[in-house]
Amino acid sequence: MTTRIHEILKKYSSELLTEWLAAIVTSGVRRDALMKEAELREQCSEFLRLLIQATESGNLTDITTSGYAGVREMLDRLSRSRSLQGFSPSETAIFIFSLKQPLFDRLRRELAEQPQSVVDEMWSATSLLDKLGLYTTEVHQRTREEVIVRQQQEMMELSTPVVQLWDRIVCLPLIGTLDSGRTQTVMETLLQRIVETGAEIAIIDITGVPTVDTLTAQHLIKTVTATRLMGAECVISGIRPQIAQTIVHLGVDLAGVVTKSSVAGAFNWALKRLSQSVTSSGARNAVGKV
Amino acid sequence: MERIPILRMGKVLLVTIQVDMHDQLAVTLQDDLTSKIVETGARGVLIDISSLEVVDSFIGRILGNIANMSRVLDAQTVVVGMQPAVAITLVELGMSLPGIRTALNVEKGMALLQASMEADEAELEVPDASLED
Repeated sequence: MTTRIHEILKKYSSELLTEWLAAIVTSGVRRDALMKEAELREQCSEFLRLLIQATESGNLTDITTSGYAGVREMLDRLSRSRSLQGFSPSETAIFIFSLKQPLFDRLRRELAEQPQSVVDEMWSATSLLDKLGLYTTEVHQRTREEVIVRQQQEMMELSTPVVQLWDRIVCLPLIGTLDSGRTQTVMETLLQRIVETGAEIAIIDITGVPTVDTLTAQHLIKTVTATRLMGAECVISGIRPQIAQTIVHLGVDLAGVVTKSSVAGAFNWALKRLSQSVTSSGARNAVGKV
Repeated sequence: MERIPILRMGKVLLVTIQVDMHDQLAVTLQDDLTSKIVETGARGVLIDISSLEVVDSFIGRILGNIANMSRVLDAQTVVVGMQPAVAITLVELGMSLPGIRTALNVEKGMALLQASMEADEAELEVPDASLED
């Protein structure tokens, strides 16, 4: 069974395409900076072609059926690429919704003699296009969420760079807020790098950490202890005045932990500990002060 | 009965744990090691636990006991090669093993023992030297 909508789509596909493109332009959604006109035309004609195929069976209500697989796959692709290009969800949905006007015009003209069926056909057409439009929004949102999850993971990995400062000395500059998930990663990465590099001294620099609560302080102490158990030594540097006050007020015991005010101080301590020194090439006898 | 071998290298006793430690094995090692220290007059004990994947609180405590016992018997203990996961577990269990000296690997552990044994001997020699003067 074929519907009038299918017939109209089939019969006037080229006219609909032209009018649709015009409607997209007037709705102000076409963004020349992000997308070429030829590309848009290509997408519109592909969508029309697939929609004609899908509506052939007469199904205008359920877009989850296999008949709509092609349309869904195409919208998936379109929505994903638009999401990555920086289109907003409504801009993507309007791409579908703007087909309504040209389609309704055609319906009205074709069914001028049967006003009652015009309303029926319009209703089924509008609900179909609404569903498809919402589908693009959903995919759009899902794509965004995937991006956010990926970025979170990447930030987690990026946030613990263990750098080798010197032979047998590694440094871990921490930046940002430390939550328990991150401190766990920090501990694991640091210990793993100590095994890999054979470092004897690890400097944890918390200059970039704005606040320290009891839990974070406890984690830091645990990290220091674990480092010691593995046979390396740990020094914490860059504790800000406010953090020092917080630590003392909270009653956290940092007695067994070596602390220095700056990375430079910690590095100097580490060099001394390893009985190494830096000399400037100009004055051979002068020990480089860091 | 299963035992962990104890090797003698000069003044150092070398223990390499290569099987999963169960409680009885740990107690046997503690007994064997203490008697061996007295028997050989060893000055240092090096315990390599790099193949240990799991350490529970009991094994942790035995390690601490071994270190304390050998100190009483005038030998220093160094535990080497602790895996990151093991270190994290012990810390989470609240066992920081304060009496134990540690090193990253056997080589560094040996150097540490050697250095502290030399320091001990130097300490003993100092009064003699001052007498000669």
